Amino acid sequence: MPASKELRITPIRNGTVIDHIPSGLALEVLRILNVEALGKESTISVALHVRSQRMGWKDIVKVENMELSAQKANAIALIAPTATISIIRETKVREKHAVSLPERLVGILRCPNPNCITNQGEPVDSEFEVVRRRPLALRCVYCERSVEDFVPLLNR
Amino acid sequence: MALKGRDILSMRDLSRSEILEVLKASRALIPVAEGRRSSRALEGRVLSLAFFEPSTRTRLSFETAAKRLGARTITIADPAASSMAKGESLSDTVRMLSCYADLIVLRHPNEGASRLAAQLSDRPVINAGDGAGQHPTQTLLDLATMEERFQTLAGLRVVLMGDLRYGRTVHSLAHALGLFGSELILSSPERLSLPEEVRRDLDQMGAKVTEQPDLEKALRGADVLYVTRIQKERFGDLTEYAKVSGSYRLDPGLLRNMKEKFAVMHPLPRVAEIPPEVDRSPHAVYFRQAFLAVPVRMALLSLILTGGVPPGGGG
Repeated sequence: MPASKELRITPIRNGTVIDHIPSGLALEVLRILNVEALGKESTISVALHVRSQRMGWKDIVKVENMELSAQKANAIALIAPTATISIIRETKVREKHAVSLPERLVGILRCPNPNCITNQGEPVDSEFEVVRRRPLALRCVYCERSVEDFVPLLNR
Repeated sequence: MALKGRDILSMRDLSRSEILEVLKASRALIPVAEGRRSSRALEGRVLSLAFFEPSTRTRLSFETAAKRLGARTITIADPAASSMAKGESLSDTVRMLSCYADLIVLRHPNEGASRLAAQLSDRPVINAGDGAGQHPTQTLLDLATMEERFQTLAGLRVVLMGDLRYGRTVHSLAHALGLFGSELILSSPERLSLPEEVRRDLDQMGAKVTEQPDLEKALRGADVLYVTRIQKERFGDLTEYAKVSGSYRLDPGLLRNMKEKFAVMHPLPRVAEIPPEVDRSPHAVYFRQAFLAVPVRMALLSLILTGGVPPGGGG
């Protein structure tokens, strides 16, 4: 048994903590954050399969020196609706909120329909509207295809 | 006036009262569509018929509708002869067309093409079929056919037969019939049954939907049989296609004991689903359905461009 959680996940001075990610999805969250693009100054800590009172098991991602954009928060809300986001400044939690999904998602997902006009090289962003929240279902605004499995469709 | 200047992209965009407005206008325009009265209601207007996919009925009926109302048309009938063949994007083509014409009718092989076109065009866009996607004017003429025959769309028992999975026009027809409180009986091979999402949508609307693969049983007490074509390209195994398409063939004997007004409908073209001997039956209304494409499309053009229909249909 390790002595404490802190030993496993180091606290950060400035940055973002994404907590309560459903277990197994941390790597998808990293994909959304596009870690390669974050620059060499950021340290990223990932904890997989952490005990959680609320969720049983969860994943945690901490990124130093980065505050999450609304676009990325929306994408995280899509695959990890239980996630909470804390903004850390000078080691203090300055903001903490649950992710929330907007009514429309623009440019976040690729439409799974290969014949959709958004997949033909036209100058247009993909766009989905939320048709049901539990379980989450989206519909492409263009071709009206319904989508329930989002992870493979996330734009990088 | 509700439809003036509007795009018609999907049945989802039309309310019940807007659908009824189109059907009413369509009835008023039948004498003009039949050539018994003439109309100059759209004189001086130029309509663009941009067909980037082969189509006979839809293109010709839009062209007829425009001309019966005195409008002129500019047409792309063969994408190979248009600038799309040079690699021009749909976006640029649509921007150009919206500079030339007062309204764009678009048929395109990609789903969602009309929605994109409508965003880019200053002029109204009518979706005349986008790939396997929406084809709202087909649904409107289907509804017009039923309404003409029964004077109502409420409480009809409608059997949908054939390919209910991939035939998307059947999905928007089912949605519209649900909206008007008709009962739906689904009769299809299991692998061509209505997709879960469409079924859920109908359930949410409170539509009465049952499944009955046995056509004879499905037809008991029915008002309408709506037949769709089973498409060969959906089957990897052609022997299975032969089996399924053979079993979904309307046996003329089944029509013997139907109600007097019972109607057999088909969006056409048909292959073998309806044998030619059914054509002589008083129940066969698919050619009337094909005719009603003209007044329904006239009604849309007139409502979108002028906000109304000419008094008495003509003038």
